[in-house]
Amino acid sequence: MSMASCESVANTAIALLRSAAAKVKSSSRTQRLHRYRGLVFLVALRILASPACAQEEPYIVTYDHHLEEPGNLDVEYFSTFGTQRAGNDFHSYWIEFEYGAKAWWTTEVYLDGQTTFHDSTLLTGFRWENRFLLLRAEHLINPVVYVEYENISEADKIIKEVEGHDVESDHADVNATLRKDHDHEVEFKLILSRDFKGWNFAVNPLATKNLLPNNPWEFGYAAGVSRPLALKASAKRCAFCRERFIAGFELYGGLGDTRSLGLHETSHYVAPALAWNLPSGWTIRLSPSFGLNANSHHLLLRWGLSKEFDGFGEVLRSLLGGRS
Amino acid sequence: MKISPATIQFTALLAMAASSALTLDAAALAQERSKNDEPIDMVLTRVPEKARAKRNPLETDSEAACAGKRLFEQHCAGCHGKMADGARRGPVLREMQPATPGEIFWIVTNGVVRRGMPAWSKLPEPQRWQIITFLRGLGGTPALSCR
Repeated sequence: MSMASCESVANTAIALLRSAAAKVKSSSRTQRLHRYRGLVFLVALRILASPACAQEEPYIVTYDHHLEEPGNLDVEYFSTFGTQRAGNDFHSYWIEFEYGAKAWWTTEVYLDGQTTFHDSTLLTGFRWENRFLLLRAEHLINPVVYVEYENISEADKIIKEVEGHDVESDHADVNATLRKDHDHEVEFKLILSRDFKGWNFAVNPLATKNLLPNNPWEFGYAAGVSRPLALKASAKRCAFCRERFIAGFELYGGLGDTRSLGLHETSHYVAPALAWNLPSGWTIRLSPSFGLNANSHHLLLRWGLSKEFDGFGEVLRSLLGGRS
Repeated sequence: MKISPATIQFTALLAMAASSALTLDAAALAQERSKNDEPIDMVLTRVPEKARAKRNPLETDSEAACAGKRLFEQHCAGCHGKMADGARRGPVLREMQPATPGEIFWIVTNGVVRRGMPAWSKLPEPQRWQIITFLRGLGGTPALSCR
């Protein structure tokens, strides 16, 4: 679908949506049921016809200072295949719903799960993340505050960040044992990032606290560098133009906790990463992480698929009868 | 005393919600509302002198306008309309014709965060200039015929 027809379908859908929402309010119960079905269809049509096109960095662990555009919803799916010594290899996955609440505030919900081979499949918990842009214009370094609440079981293996003394052997037990323990954590990150001559540089120190009694603060880091393969955009519509590919690498690991700060009994990874931003608005990411010491998994092979939906907030407001 | 996980979870969620709400307090909202009403001319007065004087290195690039049109459709049209004639979320950009390329570049790079426009520094510099070449070509010249 071309951009122009996308836009006209989207605008028609939003007009229909408004009139349908008004009709639902003034109808009987049976009529309402039918009209709600119609509303769901129109919402789906409006969202799918949205012309948004992402320019996503290839990072999977590191964050840069660019937040979600206000009113847009980014839906992302990620998979990680992990090797495991003294245990079974696993495939963990998560889905993210990232919403731009304001130009300076992005909020995000994650649902995590995993399959351990020769064992079982589990839903391992949820996370709620918020990122706040501190400065209102670009500076030499751009800080963003990240606050996250996690409610996950010990069987969670997405390894979205490495903190404290997280090591490979933590994941070696069978799921039945691991799932018994739950973490209720708050996590803080200071995202420091800069764009310079097409390059992005980002560093994220992090601190985590399990809210259950007698748990120390744990620390970790992530850093990344990336650049598009071409800086100028092509005049033609193309899926394989070099500017659509962004390559980089990430480095992340644990830094101990308040009881024993330092690098002993910690794990660290290096990960080349590639993102392909398709003209249709989809982004595909691929990133193999390699363990840098004996405490790390040998390989965490990650890939992800995401799509940004333009004007999601507007659709919601229309649906709820608000002013858009 | 042992605290139940449910209590901790509830407290944490409450704290998160409260912190979110705090950032949206009434004073901030009022300030934001007045900033939203700020005309584009006012935003332009904030552009530093050095940035204002910047020249578009792709002004004479024959392909820049078409590339810029494509980029504009991908990243900007959702808010500003397909031909920069304004939409529900963003103002008419044709109003910016008297602005210098340097001023527009500064606004694209830094955004106008309080008015809801994010910084577009994630686009490499040449791509931002391509967008500006497209915007500057709107109005006077015949419609672009891009493949």
